[in-house]
Amino acid sequence: MLKVQNLTVAYSDTPVFTDVAVNFNAGKITGIIGPNGAGKSTLIKAMLGLIKSQTGTVTFNGHTLKQFQKQIAYVEQRKDLDLTFPINVFDVVLTGTYGKLGLFRQPSQADRERCLDALAQVDLVDFADRQIGQLSGGQLQRVFVARAILQEAQLIILDEPFVGIDLQSETAIMQILHQWRDAGKTIIVVHHDLNKVSRYFDDLVILNHGIVDYGPVADVYTPANIERTFSADLSAVLFAQGGAQ
Amino acid sequence: MTNSITTFINALGRYDFLQSALITAIMVGVMSGMIGSFIILRGMSMMGDAISHAVLPGVAVAYMLGINVMIGASFFGILAAGLIGLVASHSKIKTDTSIGVVFSAFYALGFILISLAESSTNLHHILFGNILAVSDTDMMTTTVVLGLVILFIVFFYKELLITSFDPTFAQTYGFRVQILHYALMFVLTLVTVSALQTVGIILVVAMLITPAATAFLWTDRLGVMLTMAAAIGAVSSVVGLYFSYTFNWASGPAIVLVAAILFGISFIISPKQALLPTLFKGKARLRRVPA
Repeated sequence: MLKVQNLTVAYSDTPVFTDVAVNFNAGKITGIIGPNGAGKSTLIKAMLGLIKSQTGTVTFNGHTLKQFQKQIAYVEQRKDLDLTFPINVFDVVLTGTYGKLGLFRQPSQADRERCLDALAQVDLVDFADRQIGQLSGGQLQRVFVARAILQEAQLIILDEPFVGIDLQSETAIMQILHQWRDAGKTIIVVHHDLNKVSRYFDDLVILNHGIVDYGPVADVYTPANIERTFSADLSAVLFAQGGAQ
Repeated sequence: MTNSITTFINALGRYDFLQSALITAIMVGVMSGMIGSFIILRGMSMMGDAISHAVLPGVAVAYMLGINVMIGASFFGILAAGLIGLVASHSKIKTDTSIGVVFSAFYALGFILISLAESSTNLHHILFGNILAVSDTDMMTTTVVLGLVILFIVFFYKELLITSFDPTFAQTYGFRVQILHYALMFVLTLVTVSALQTVGIILVVAMLITPAATAFLWTDRLGVMLTMAAAIGAVSSVVGLYFSYTFNWASGPAIVLVAAILFGISFIISPKQALLPTLFKGKARLRRVPA
């Protein structure tokens, strides 16, 4: 379980959120939703130690961030990457071994085989030699999921993995997430829209400059919570005739 | 033309100074092509320019104290890199602005120190290079720096790759991205000082960026890019030196112009994002690139 306690993050004195406390369970896929600018990406970046937090602790099964750092796989937003970089699909996925290798050690033949295997799991073996800029959004997202597979992490955090991708990629990624869940890993997904929330996630965190609510999707994804966090109109549309899927 | 090449080759056989110049120029071409590849992939061309100018006070101080130029230059190079980082991370000033403020200040300080230390002839050589006056010590130093550059890249290839391509990812598994950044800045100052000799301070940035940018146009593999950039840097140096010797041009501008011409040719004919292929199969290419 990933336990966040008392977490406060501020950008030059303006707090994004204060005293956030939330738990993410092992063997569950937890979605984080909230309006634009609610602090979703900030929360996961603070949990990962990528940005400084003013107060708070983050522990994973009782270990501090430093102790479990090698157990994390982070799939960042695709728009943050340089797609002109001279690197092909295979080599990007292979970077998933770097964290555990440490300095002065190169990926072994076994690592390369695991890399091909990960590519096979996301159905991209035929694209192994492609430069990464030559892929569609969905294919690129699968590349980074394949890298996360190679990391063999216990905690996997994905930032908006479903934005602008095709159905085939979405299905392939969901399959991997389910395998991770069945293996008892902790999976956290930042999600930008409210579609398919109940189909994707087991647990849900609703964030709006602080935790609005969290728990199993059935308890949290309610008209009242959506109305409170987003708007009454949106809530009406989503929950019309039991339309929320 | 053939005649002048024969003359150049004969002269190479006859004059030690020309041999030293050629060997040094090739080594500088190789090392700046390789380090330059990482500089352009990290989007740090401005930083390369800044460091190359910021070593000037170090060169002057080294002259004054009679110590090795590498020591003085590295000190000021790293100091400048540190100050640039400090100003950018402790204020709302953006990095490029911070670079502008710091490097121009260092450069100005360097000018004043040089004028206190040495005659104006020397300043001219520092600014534009004086490859034909390479001493044996200079050549030795350059060899050591080349060795360091190659070792640095071989031993930290993985780390250089991931921090250039995806620094956030490297941070998530606990890699200290900043330490490698400053190590790269340190190696960059060593390369800069070696390149002072061949092309001078003003044009060092061209040796760092132009061969690397040319190689980038031809390949999608980092390893290939590094090798090509090194080769292009070496070829530019040799051809530039030939022009410099034959027409009595300053070595720095001659070398840099050759590198620029190679870039121009590549820009027109290389398969990747270049002019001619795009014009010929412009529409087909547009369709192939996914949205």
